[in-house]
Amino acid sequence: MIAIHNARVLTPDGPIDTDLTVREGAVNSLSAGQAETHLDARGALVGPGFVDLHCHLREPGFEWKEDIRSGSKAAAAGGYTALVAMPNTNPAIDSGHLARFVADRGRAAGLVEVAPAGAITMGRTGTSLAHLDELFEAGVRIFTDDGVGVADAGLLRHAMEYLAERGGVVAQHAEDAGLARGGHMHEGVVSSRLGIRGLPSLAEEVMVARDLALVAHTGVRYHVMHVSSRGSIELVAGAKGAGLTVTAEVTPHHLSFDHSRVETMEPGFKMYPPLRTETDVTALGKALLNGTIDAVATDHAPHAPHECEVPFEEAPRGVIGLETAAAAVNTAIEPAPMTLFEKMSVTPALIAGLSGQGRWIEEGSPANLVIFDPDASWVPQGFVSKSQNSPFRGVKLRGKVMATIFCGRITYQALQ
Amino acid sequence: MIQATPVQVMDGADVRRAIRRIAHEISERHHGAENLVLIGIHTRGVPIAEGIARAISEFEDTHVPVGELDVGFYRDDLDHRPTTRLGRTLLPIDVTDETVVLVDDVLYTGRTIRAALDAISDLGRPAAVELAVLIDRGHRQLPIRADYVGKNLPTSLQERVTVRVEAMDREQGVWIERPQM
Amino acid sequence: MKHLLSIADLDRAAIEGLLDLADHFTEVLERDIPKVPALRGMTVATLFFETSTRTRLSFEKAAKALSADVLNFNPSGSSLSKGESLKDTVLTVQAMGTDLMVVRHGAVGAPARVASWVDCPVINGGDGAHQHPTQALLDALTLRRRFGKLDGLRVAIVGDIRNSRVARSNIDAFTALGAAVTLVAPPTLLPLEIGSYPVSTSTELESILGDLDVIYLLRVQLERGSGPVLPSLPEYVARYGLDRRRFGLLGKEAVVMHPGPMNRGIEIASDVADDPRALITDQVSNGVATRMAVMFRLLTGKGQP
Repeated sequence: MIAIHNARVLTPDGPIDTDLTVREGAVNSLSAGQAETHLDARGALVGPGFVDLHCHLREPGFEWKEDIRSGSKAAAAGGYTALVAMPNTNPAIDSGHLARFVADRGRAAGLVEVAPAGAITMGRTGTSLAHLDELFEAGVRIFTDDGVGVADAGLLRHAMEYLAERGGVVAQHAEDAGLARGGHMHEGVVSSRLGIRGLPSLAEEVMVARDLALVAHTGVRYHVMHVSSRGSIELVAGAKGAGLTVTAEVTPHHLSFDHSRVETMEPGFKMYPPLRTETDVTALGKALLNGTIDAVATDHAPHAPHECEVPFEEAPRGVIGLETAAAAVNTAIEPAPMTLFEKMSVTPALIAGLSGQGRWIEEGSPANLVIFDPDASWVPQGFVSKSQNSPFRGVKLRGKVMATIFCGRITYQALQ
Repeated sequence: MIQATPVQVMDGADVRRAIRRIAHEISERHHGAENLVLIGIHTRGVPIAEGIARAISEFEDTHVPVGELDVGFYRDDLDHRPTTRLGRTLLPIDVTDETVVLVDDVLYTGRTIRAALDAISDLGRPAAVELAVLIDRGHRQLPIRADYVGKNLPTSLQERVTVRVEAMDREQGVWIERPQM
Repeated sequence: MKHLLSIADLDRAAIEGLLDLADHFTEVLERDIPKVPALRGMTVATLFFETSTRTRLSFEKAAKALSADVLNFNPSGSSLSKGESLKDTVLTVQAMGTDLMVVRHGAVGAPARVASWVDCPVINGGDGAHQHPTQALLDALTLRRRFGKLDGLRVAIVGDIRNSRVARSNIDAFTALGAAVTLVAPPTLLPLEIGSYPVSTSTELESILGDLDVIYLLRVQLERGSGPVLPSLPEYVARYGLDRRRFGLLGKEAVVMHPGPMNRGIEIASDVADDPRALITDQVSNGVATRMAVMFRLLTGKGQP
């Protein structure tokens, strides 16, 4: 039993200043009670644990970067109680038994709910469909070839038709290979001055536009991953306006940094999609707040230190993000408390179909909670993850996870 | 707070007389002014060398060639001291077999002269090298001595000696700055 | 100034200071013993991950004229091809006792990364399509000697500018010194976002020849594989090559420059390359003095900002 005191609890009716007790994996009451463990929230927010729609746990196959256990630890440190694990492992999660493997490893670590995503195509090679039924039976609801986009529109159409009928979500890593070829950073003023081949917004927008036509045709639930440009925002807004079942996510780093950061030449600023212009950054923040973009997703992409100590053009794409996500979003767009949790917990849980997650707190709701102090200042230096490739190292952030509770157990604690 | 009040120890006329005396000593020692070349070390050694050459030409029937030498690339303290403005190195004639008289404003530790000797030996093989200085302030760190001295000026290590010459500065003279607590 | 990684890091005064210093070293190089002991006992390492003989030799000559010792790291057949990382390679070279590194690499920003790993100063000898600072300095020196100053000088840079580190550095250096720069290339070889550059552009060479003081020809980079963006070679030569006839359209005082090595008969006609108004060999000799100036500046007077 855990008692949390002096909390600002986020309930279905809004924030209420009260105490809270947790018992046997559920919220027992919104009041102080008998407990073995007492936490003093000191006025911090207590809300549903964050849910990440998009993270790379690297297991099986790339365990030197991260594994399900270390990724779970990082997630807990970031206030997460559920993760959707991307299938671009080795082997890719294109069959039922591999999805079960990932889920089992997540349960064994016991720190966070790990919901595996499944690939759309076998081996993510884009040539034939993955074992979609098997994956669905194994509990997979989100399907993506993330790391690459599905180039063959005919194949994608079949996948969409199939999954529309079963009720899965097709999530696209929108990157047209021809337009993106050879590009390492956003194609713009900065890439031109640096002499680095650029990767234009077009590469993302062209694929989103094409996909939306297929969505209109098939009626599948479609999710745009890591939106990065104004053009993509407009396409998503148009699709929603036309009544298509489309959702979208944005990463904390795309809300925080623009392409001028790349001038430092540090690989910590290299990812796909690349950091784009100031105007794009502002538009992304607005779109998240007005609902065009539904959720925050980290795209937590660990790469080992020795892999990042290379010239920018040779560096692997991607940055970690679980441990800094909430702080970064809080710093970048200063959302109201209910809004922050809506974007980072409630809506992602709905999209991922995780019924035990993302629930506003009331008596009987599952004890998957996070204590988050929106006013605490801190500067990230070291990370719990196996990898350290973060653009937020040394950056002053406002907002800090003080404790995380998963299934009624404390999985992370920074409180006294 | 350390306040430095400069004390003038030579005025413009004193400097002119010293230069003229050095010019006489040089021509006396060499029985005239043949096969001589004066080389001024940047920065103020150059106008002093020119002054000596002009003085010699007043009483000898010879025009002594004057060169400029910058020793910036030969110093042994490049690591520590900031690189001051470099002057050019310009020799009017080949110094091989000539008698070179190096000219500098102040002789102190002797390191500048050592660097100048290295530079000269890269530029040719003089028959002999002599040294003329306006001021010798002591505190040698190397076995270097001047052949011609305008004025001996015993100083302490904390003091600073400043030389100004008409050709470059608005005034001419020698000052010592004595720091006061 | 700890490193020289990009001309964009230097203001006008800093550039002119280096050119002034290079003038002194030109005098040194004209002596019977073209050597000074300024860097005696120091070691300069050249790490050229992209092949280049002429630039490396120029740096080597410059280091030796300053009495430094030179270590040449040659990547082919080295442990780098056995999988040793760039970082481990430079740390190994540093551990042997290196006072300065000159780094040329195919990846943009590699010299900057090296500078973050080692304690000694780093000179960028060329990184991808980004910068080649010592080339720009020697080019500026060459023009300063020829014309006295660069203010108001009308310079055209011709060729594959989009992929040229020489062009990027020269644009920075020439505009900092007051020159008016025009870029001449087919549209696919001009930099993107060209409006953000302080230059004019033209896709036609002949129309501007009469109004130039300097025509700077870039090498057609056959080995960089420009692929479908480059028109065919004969087409390029026809539109942008400086042949004898076009050379005749230049003003009588106008000069021709090229960073080398030249493709005679492609971007420049053979007899034009040998004309007295082609300053290519001046550029090369100025290169040694320029590199001496940079090394001297980086390795001495640590008290200097």
